[in-house]
Amino acid sequence: MKCVWPTIQRDNLYCLCRTLQRQFFIFYDMEKQELIPNLFRSEYQKIVSVLVRLFGIAEIETAEDIVSDTFLSATEAWSTRGLPENPTAWLYTVAKNKTKNHLKRDKLFQDKLSPEIQYLAATTEEFEIDLSSKNIGDSQLAMIFTVCNPQISLESQIALALNLLCGFGIQEIADAYLTNKEVVYKRLKRAKAKLKEVNVKIEQPGLTEISERLNTVLTTLYLLFSEGYYSTTKNSILRRDFCAEAMRLVYLLASQEQTNLPNVNALLSLMCFHVSRFDARANSDGEVILYHDQDESLWDHQMIEQGKYYLGLSARGNQLTKFHLEAAIAYWHTHKEDLPEKWLQILHLYNNLLIVEYSPIVALNRTYALAKVEGKTAAIIEAEKLNLSDNQFYYSLLGNLYTGIDNVVALDHYKQAMALANTDTDRLIITKHIQNLES
Amino acid sequence: MNKEAQPSPELLQNSIKAWQNWFGGIAAQNKLVRPLQRWDTAGKVVKSDKHVINGPYVEIKESIGGLILIKAESYEEAIQIAQNCPILELGGNVEVRMADNPEG
Repeated sequence: MKCVWPTIQRDNLYCLCRTLQRQFFIFYDMEKQELIPNLFRSEYQKIVSVLVRLFGIAEIETAEDIVSDTFLSATEAWSTRGLPENPTAWLYTVAKNKTKNHLKRDKLFQDKLSPEIQYLAATTEEFEIDLSSKNIGDSQLAMIFTVCNPQISLESQIALALNLLCGFGIQEIADAYLTNKEVVYKRLKRAKAKLKEVNVKIEQPGLTEISERLNTVLTTLYLLFSEGYYSTTKNSILRRDFCAEAMRLVYLLASQEQTNLPNVNALLSLMCFHVSRFDARANSDGEVILYHDQDESLWDHQMIEQGKYYLGLSARGNQLTKFHLEAAIAYWHTHKEDLPEKWLQILHLYNNLLIVEYSPIVALNRTYALAKVEGKTAAIIEAEKLNLSDNQFYYSLLGNLYTGIDNVVALDHYKQAMALANTDTDRLIITKHIQNLES
Repeated sequence: MNKEAQPSPELLQNSIKAWQNWFGGIAAQNKLVRPLQRWDTAGKVVKSDKHVINGPYVEIKESIGGLILIKAESYEEAIQIAQNCPILELGGNVEVRMADNPEG
């Protein structure tokens, strides 16, 4: 695959992310309420990243307070005087002023800062906070590597990523996890405490850090994406926003020279392919529609093209990572028709994926692909060796494989899957299979 | 593998899918420690007097085609896995040995 439209690609992704976020800049009074939350979300993490990089990780709450205070001023000013011509520039100016005031007034805070900044703040009349797009990009990159730190638990990394890297509020995170604000608040507080305890220096990652840590970073961003993609919340706008944010962060990595690496492009490609099916994978009631039953015309073909473009970019270097393999599997799934070549390739890719990294779900998917290539009887023999008797999907797979071969056994397997299922979505899918077999 | 039974390149190529599925199947059971590594069929032999000769198969008529490390509870389980090795279709044998320290 060859890139023929590099400049359009960048704009395309930007537009698509925008659309996904439903972030419309419409200057009507009625729409103002809509504008503010989305604008704040995207600006929150930018300003926080710049301030935290300037002050150090220990002052994370101060940075967040300054930004929250800025948004409060904006809400007050804009609701009485109307929107300024350039809301973003307005926010940056106010955030800068508030930071400078805080530096001047709070002696205790000053003492905690680095001697260099103290000196600058004391001697310079106009101490500049750099909110240029270059510095924002650098700060966000530094922040990604700070948050995705292997010394912090994965759960904390994700919570921090949602909050600090994506700008999601506590309520939004709670909605996505179907939990309450208190739980999320505590989780974030613990995670931030851990971040301070580890006392990571926030700086532009060097080449050594990038090669050592990029996998952790990508894994966290992949999980962040999955939180949106597989979340059981009915709020589909929020789920889209999670996916769009995860993609934005990977895109940020891909657009910085030092992190524009094959595995980053592979992950971005994988995300594009997944997201292309977003509209097709749930009906109007939010019920999951399985791949086989999806309306292909609802797939986002522009997004599929994006995926192919990044898959092409990922085919460099000499490393075949799990993201490459997963992206290639997702690519073959953009062909709805069951061509023999499709399943041969998917089986081959799953074989390799398992060799790179075992996971029960991959083992099950591989066996499904085997059934497509070698038939159900051969796949049953392989499936029964997997021995995943505590996994509902294991029984669902066996139910599927036995359907048409021995429906009594198939039914029995689906019933076992039902007993292990723990979400309404899963139970609904299994119920349909059971009904089909009983009718 | 018996030297006379050395399969033709074409035959080997046609069996690639069978090999891939065999590894995939072992990996799907989370029993793969290290994927198969093909060994060069020629090689050298260092004799006890440090004298070097070509090819390890001067005295025995067999060559080792490759090595695969798997996890198994017992010889019985390992043998069951080995019985599906595509080399058997090509006239080869599989030698099953327990490693002292499978992780090492």
